[in-house]
Amino acid sequence: MIEQMVKIKNRAGIHARPAALLVQTASRFKSKIFIEKETDRINGKSIMGIITLGAAYETPLKLIAEGEDEADAIDALVHLFDSKFEED
Amino acid sequence: MSPDGAVARRWSLRYHGHMTGKRFTVLDLIDIDLKEHNSLDLRCIGGRKGLAREISIPDLNRPGLALSGFYDSFAYQRIQIFGRGEAAYLRMLASESRTETIERMFSYAIPCCIFTHSLTPDRGFFELAERSQCPLLQTDLPSAEFSSRVLRVLSNLFAPQKTMHGVLVEVYGIGILILGDSGVGKSEAALELIERGHRLVADDVVDMRCVNGNILMGAGANKIIGHHMEIRGLGIINITHLYGVGAIRDKKQVQLVVELEEWDPEKLYDRIGTQERYMEILGVKIPRLEIPVKPGRNIPIIIETAAMNERLKKMGYFSAKEFNQNVLKWIESDAARSVYFGQDDII
Repeated sequence: MIEQMVKIKNRAGIHARPAALLVQTASRFKSKIFIEKETDRINGKSIMGIITLGAAYETPLKLIAEGEDEADAIDALVHLFDSKFEED
Repeated sequence: MSPDGAVARRWSLRYHGHMTGKRFTVLDLIDIDLKEHNSLDLRCIGGRKGLAREISIPDLNRPGLALSGFYDSFAYQRIQIFGRGEAAYLRMLASESRTETIERMFSYAIPCCIFTHSLTPDRGFFELAERSQCPLLQTDLPSAEFSSRVLRVLSNLFAPQKTMHGVLVEVYGIGILILGDSGVGKSEAALELIERGHRLVADDVVDMRCVNGNILMGAGANKIIGHHMEIRGLGIINITHLYGVGAIRDKKQVQLVVELEEWDPEKLYDRIGTQERYMEILGVKIPRLEIPVKPGRNIPIIIETAAMNERLKKMGYFSAKEFNQNVLKWIESDAARSVYFGQDDII
């Protein structure tokens, strides 16, 4: 199991489009993926869960991946956050 | 969603001080928006500077013993209720100009004092409260009624809580939590159940709360998401708009857990159904079923049947056990008959 903290760099936070991108990326991997904000833990492969987090600009999130491809999964997700979900 | 449920979702505090970062203050208690028969009818009559004081325990105390001078095990962390008896005692103390016990009470960090029956304390009590910045609240409700309402609200706010990934539906009156990995077909199974006339409570993020230690209430975690579902290929759909208000429900007690999983040829699945398996959520044991998913299997029908079976069990009819008992009886009687009819020398 790998855990990694990330911060949201998008001004608009995680709205529908970045959420969809996040889910599509997470769903590519076999590992179980969770995203935690404070104490709420949601399934990273479900779009409703990600939107429900209400993650805004600068919010710190914890990414958790567990499975055979956990390292690749975390890398791909961190890359997404760093690239601001291909906005800007 | 019921107002107290909505408020509880905003706060979701945990008992014994494990706060999720949000403190519940006296001001929040006054501001809670509750329906008429639940309304607390509270207003602040003094000590406004203390409205930011935190309420950390979902319990009440009537400070009779403390006011008479006995401070051993004074439950100072609780909300202090002043009913007719306490108010009369305060009047007696005031008439004799005895304020030591009152001063001593305010030296503790009590969250607030609430006067029921629209009672008001005397000038002296007011001043002592203002000086120690302890909020004084008042309600028109009688003590018993106020106590039961406020305890209900507080126990809801302080209930152990967690969110789970799954779909909560109500089928034939039974609250069913459908769990499983992403892509196994939870939402699609729920969609068909809705189409068949059952109700959606929450999709994807289910907020669970343990009320009274043995009841698990599930609801949608977020009012904005509300009764929406995500279906791969369709995207996000609004169930209320598509199926109407009769297809949704705000909260439901979780009575059965159905775990959907990809059919595993190595695994032994339950073939008889006499052994009850449970899942523990927030300390409550909920019956649990493991349902293997394979193309061609009609999962919604299986879930419907599971719900009906659960209803039957609640009424006292455990079909699988009854079946087994009948088989045993039949085998016994058959064995007995063959003893008589199988031997030649009996005739």
